[in-house]
Amino acid sequence: MERIVALKEGNFQEREEFPFAPKDYADAMDSYDRVLSIVGEIAATTLADNAESVDEEGAHLAGGRVTYARGTAENLRVLHQAGTSGMTMPRRYGGLNFPITPYTMCDELIAQRDAGFSNIWSLQNCIHTLYEFGSEEQRQKYIPRVCNGATMSMDLTEPDAGSDLQSVMLRATYDEAAGEWRLNGVKRFITNGDADLHLVLARSEAGTTDGRGLSMFIYDKERGGVDVRRIENKMGIHGSPTCELTFRDAPAELVGSTRMGLIKYVMALMNGARLGIAAQSVALSQAAYDEALAYAGERRQFGKAIIEFPAVKDMLDLMKARLDAGRALLYQCARYVDIYKALEDVERTRKAAGEVLTPEERQEMKKYARLADALTPLAKGMNSEMCNQNCYDGLQIHGGSGYMKEYPIQRYYRDARITSIYEGTTQLQVVAATRYVTSGVYLALCREMEEQPVTPEVQPYQERSRRMADLLEQATQKVKDATAPDALDHMARRLYEMAALCVMSHLLQYNAAQRPDLFARSLETFMDYAEAELAKHFTIIGKV
Amino acid sequence: MSLNILVLVKQVPDTRCVGPDAMTPEGTVNRAALPAIFNPDDLAALELALRLKEEHEGARITVLTMGLPKAAEVLRESLYRGADDAVLLTDRALGGADTLATSYALACAIRKIGTPDLILCGRQAIDGDTAQVGPQVAEKLALPQVTCVERIEQLADGRVSLVRRIDGGVERVEAPVPCLLTIVGDAAKCRPCNAKLVLTHKHTEPAPDGVMRQWSAADVEADLEQCGLKGSPTKVKAVQNIVFKAKESRRLTADEAELDGLMKELIANHIIG
Repeated sequence: MERIVALKEGNFQEREEFPFAPKDYADAMDSYDRVLSIVGEIAATTLADNAESVDEEGAHLAGGRVTYARGTAENLRVLHQAGTSGMTMPRRYGGLNFPITPYTMCDELIAQRDAGFSNIWSLQNCIHTLYEFGSEEQRQKYIPRVCNGATMSMDLTEPDAGSDLQSVMLRATYDEAAGEWRLNGVKRFITNGDADLHLVLARSEAGTTDGRGLSMFIYDKERGGVDVRRIENKMGIHGSPTCELTFRDAPAELVGSTRMGLIKYVMALMNGARLGIAAQSVALSQAAYDEALAYAGERRQFGKAIIEFPAVKDMLDLMKARLDAGRALLYQCARYVDIYKALEDVERTRKAAGEVLTPEERQEMKKYARLADALTPLAKGMNSEMCNQNCYDGLQIHGGSGYMKEYPIQRYYRDARITSIYEGTTQLQVVAATRYVTSGVYLALCREMEEQPVTPEVQPYQERSRRMADLLEQATQKVKDATAPDALDHMARRLYEMAALCVMSHLLQYNAAQRPDLFARSLETFMDYAEAELAKHFTIIGKV
Repeated sequence: MSLNILVLVKQVPDTRCVGPDAMTPEGTVNRAALPAIFNPDDLAALELALRLKEEHEGARITVLTMGLPKAAEVLRESLYRGADDAVLLTDRALGGADTLATSYALACAIRKIGTPDLILCGRQAIDGDTAQVGPQVAEKLALPQVTCVERIEQLADGRVSLVRRIDGGVERVEAPVPCLLTIVGDAAKCRPCNAKLVLTHKHTEPAPDGVMRQWSAADVEADLEQCGLKGSPTKVKAVQNIVFKAKESRRLTADEAELDGLMKELIANHIIG
């Protein structure tokens, strides 16, 4: 975190202008802790109290407008009063200039109590895309509004453009007379679709059919022109209204340049959103584990608490191991994102002053951008799959009671199911990660971590991870050498999981070396699990 | 004219965590054994003040507490939630005060601050549970008072309309300002601490000047004979654990003779007197 704070705060010069800016590294860390405490307290009280009624009530639609469930509206109001909107934005626009890492932790605290609500809250982070690619005029116009509680949505998918966003057809035409863009068409499956501000992917280049004809726009609800046609009736995340939208001559502003909408801006937007879903997944894993642990301790059968049965205890141990490993991956990814995004910001500031990054800084930025891009699909894909497994196991530990609406575990189970689907399915995360598998990015990261000094207690685990990485290396080579043209497509998921398990094992070792009291047990369980999974994948890949 | 609101707050031991060591052998509260918190009713008073501030442009909220130096924590927490400034009245000479001595010292401090348009305080503190300090402060400042307020409906033209909680219902009343209101705890859930305000005030400490002022008994020109233990006629004779068993209740009218009868009965039973 020291490097991140140094990049975000420079020599702490903003203290002069903003009384809430930190004066040194320790002060900055203390500020992150304090805001985490505020969010944690709200999550554990207001959000937790409202979660069940929000799940029951859901959002309402009347006259093309969405009204949130009573509890959702209260959650938003309280979090707004707490000043948690736009926390990663620079102070000059009304933000707190927080790194992505503590923001991600806040997101996790919120999602642990109400996963659906975390979608609405975390969509504030769309503003990052406008901050990065919008004009200064747009920044000054829109960022303070988000910091002041305006909600956001990202309007990408359409009935015929889900995973395949190149097929987006919503039309953007430039109205010469009015001197602005107009949007016409339909969007579908839009989370928080009646938000105050929308980022919209639309086809600005008539006659094109691929991603190069798409641009990014910002639409302001105050202008009018977009109505909600329906709210989807979903299995879970009821607090988060998923909307079908009709755009009728909706006025909008172009963000950045035309034709860059999908190729550049949506990629940035999606990477941020994927980190958010990874946080949501870790949160659900934690919620499921907490519920299952409490239930297993209270529920008595055959004269003892069911946690005393190895069949139950082993499930809980594995749930905890997945949770700890997944969270370590999430935070590592967030830190990588922070370093490169902060360096991009430094570059922007220097550019304005006619200066550039030093070659070392440029190299650092490239390194961390690559690592962030490589770890994001791992964090999203693995955590969403693991949280589904944890919710499944958590419900199983509850037995018949878990199937009943009286227990929150069924809500986590329903809420978890979407995490491996939206913001790019697990299968698409595998596609995004495959190039880093074949180019050896994950392997190189593992090799680097093998050299990290650890405690004598953790040393044997590091050795086991070295042998796991050997398997990954051999399996990758085997697939590369395969003559079958689609061998990589068939084996990609296995290689992806092998790489993720190797990386997570190292991160968990680092944590266990720091805090054996918290992580030693999870490390033990996770290593057994990861080795067995790697051996399985290795065997099957060996048949290529 | 801008609106000035004063909120009286107290740091109290969290009596929800009472254990066997909650009282000292001397019969006073063992403050070391219990976590110190913001008195819940006072939080409701602060929230009503913050709502008034939102409705009245230019309104200012000052928070006042009397207590140990550690009580600065509740003042800081008030700043985190949106109060504009705070005063900590702290002095060894003020220690051991009962409600009479407390209200005297607070009234002295309020005179120094300048009588505001509204004084809001929680109905009662969860440690003493007397509900006396608010009303006594009003008396000492010769201000009208309305107790057990659960809603402030309107504040305009020198009058405030209120809804107060009474036995079996509510009562709508109006009072002239300035006045003092005591607020029931469930009148309003207090808003959370605001991130920017927390980061702004986390280093704020009591000082002679500034956002959080610290005053002694001499600073507020208090007569020491009326302060602290010296100024407190209340003496704790013994503390007993009582479990309420009686379920019956009696309803009296406002008839003088009935009230007189009740007083005599209570004195005869040694419940008061």
